Amino acid sequence: MLANLINGISLGSVYAIIALGYTMVYGIAKMLNFAHGDVIMVGGYIAFCSIMYLGWPPALAVIAAMVVCTVLGIVIERLAYKPLRNATSLAVLITAIGVSYFLQNVALLIWSANTKVFPNIFEKLPGIPLGDTTIAPVNVITVLANIVIMIVLTLFTTKTKMGKAMRAVSEDKGAATLMGINVNRTISLTFAIGSGLAAIAGVLLCTAYPTLMPTTGAMPGIKAFTAAVFGGIGSIPGAMLGGILLGVIEIFGKAYISTQLSDAIVFAVLIIVLLVKPTGLLGHKVHEKV
Amino acid sequence: MDKLKNLKKSTKVSFLNYGLVLLFFIVVTALANTGHLTRSLQGQLIPIVSYIIMALALNLVVGISGELSLGHAGFMSVGAFSGVVVSMTTANSIPNGGLRLLLAIVIGALLAGIVGVIIGIPVLRLNGDYLAIVTLAFGEIIKNVMNCLYVGVDGAGLHVSFKDTASLGMAVDGKVLINGPMGATGIQKLSTFTGGIILLLLVLVVIQNMVNSRTGRAIMAIRDNRIAAEASGVPVTKHKLIAFVTSAAMAGAAGALYALNYSTIAPKKFDFNTSILILVFVVLGGIGNMTGSIIAAALLTILPEMLRKFADYRMLIYAIVLIVVMLATNNEKIRALLRGLGKKNKDAEVKEGAANE
Repeated sequence: MLANLINGISLGSVYAIIALGYTMVYGIAKMLNFAHGDVIMVGGYIAFCSIMYLGWPPALAVIAAMVVCTVLGIVIERLAYKPLRNATSLAVLITAIGVSYFLQNVALLIWSANTKVFPNIFEKLPGIPLGDTTIAPVNVITVLANIVIMIVLTLFTTKTKMGKAMRAVSEDKGAATLMGINVNRTISLTFAIGSGLAAIAGVLLCTAYPTLMPTTGAMPGIKAFTAAVFGGIGSIPGAMLGGILLGVIEIFGKAYISTQLSDAIVFAVLIIVLLVKPTGLLGHKVHEKV
Repeated sequence: MDKLKNLKKSTKVSFLNYGLVLLFFIVVTALANTGHLTRSLQGQLIPIVSYIIMALALNLVVGISGELSLGHAGFMSVGAFSGVVVSMTTANSIPNGGLRLLLAIVIGALLAGIVGVIIGIPVLRLNGDYLAIVTLAFGEIIKNVMNCLYVGVDGAGLHVSFKDTASLGMAVDGKVLINGPMGATGIQKLSTFTGGIILLLLVLVVIQNMVNSRTGRAIMAIRDNRIAAEASGVPVTKHKLIAFVTSAAMAGAAGALYALNYSTIAPKKFDFNTSILILVFVVLGGIGNMTGSIIAAALLTILPEMLRKFADYRMLIYAIVLIVVMLATNNEKIRALLRGLGKKNKDAEVKEGAANE
């Protein structure tokens, strides 16, 4: 029971970190960035290569993954999404799907379809004994990373100038432009932060579930997006709450109901929540005007 | 001739679409009979027809009703597996293959339509991206449930279980029809290209007549402005539901046609990627444009086949084509540039013409 709860919170923390990328991008650009899950996969591969082929220490590998993913995020935004700033949301969605296919197939060409086994980078750290179970170090680090990221992001968006600019752009692009905010740069920054976080999530995910394939990011990506919607898309604490709840529900569903149906249970809970509260747990309602 | 000219524009478009499908049928049949059709392309014919029907069905929801659905493969899955069960259980009682195909398609469409009602009633209360995510969730749920579904048949009738084949509790002579994640095996290939084309024409007739009817206008009024439509006395939920359920039933029919073209079919075939693939057809063909859906679905199903000689690079090329087409058709600057080029060519032609004179 306790072990399941810990595993659930840990998995949920990974979802929360990925969901942050979705929620921030959605909040600011009003687009579903379907390629976000594949950025996680790229982050995983970069860390894998740095550790296994270059022999870098894990910390350096994580930084390398973050740098590559951040640059990748900015490049994707510039080349694929920026030209579509005024297009319909469906056109942007399809482009994002195109980018997702593109990343998966490039990964397929570079790293082949064979499953890579990700090394346990926290091997040397001791587990924390709790009652009759031991908490694996990867779980501790994942949860800690999630808390740190959440605090830093909250401070960033409320205290710094760039963060305030970000919130202003998500509130009203036109008004933000009039206030002298560089909208394009702010959107690029959002993609950069989201993609950097995706790299961290990629490393954590691959350490906890050590198989790496070109399609590794797809399902966690969809689930994290679900988590973002669950918590109320556009809201940072919502992403955290949604992610952790989703992780816990998934692990408990696996343990007590059915392994095969765990995904179905996760999505069923999402549907019920959305039916009761259509804007997610922490989302706020926007009234329609005629 | 005058009568033809006086036809309404929508009627002309409808006839154009029927003509297009018939032309496709005639050309393909002619090519097949003269032996000009490669085997791999011949194997693609029924999938192409199924995908065209899927694209038309989804276009009814996305284009006409204006709701984004990311789970249409789920309805296809329901239609496919119910179609397979019907065709396999009636193998002895109905010897005629065509009749069994018809029955499978009808039952497939019916069941998918019922699932459409069950999903549609709660889902259609939501708007925009939230609706999209819930349809995505339902698609995944259907895939998951299908992965755990075991169906068998023996003398006593159908047995259904969600655990394993042993818990079906069948007699010794029982036969497993659907085997969880393995899906259905040993399917008799009943689908024919002609049958597919007839179904496609039927789907076109239903959609086009619906769009140009009072119901269709009501659905489009809700799409354009829900509040205004509601204020004018159009029942919103009812019309949204009509479009959604019709679309789900058509997807089910396409699924049955698709599944009965293969000897084995697994539930994971109808996953999120399939839903997206169909959405890509709809968007690239032009949202709300049925002719576009037909052409895009046909071309994009053949494209990976044509790119086969590029082997490993074909999906990469597909991705790049997708991005470039979206950028080219939706970016104002690029569009202006293309228009400019077109204009220049025309100018050049005019100049040339003048010079020749």
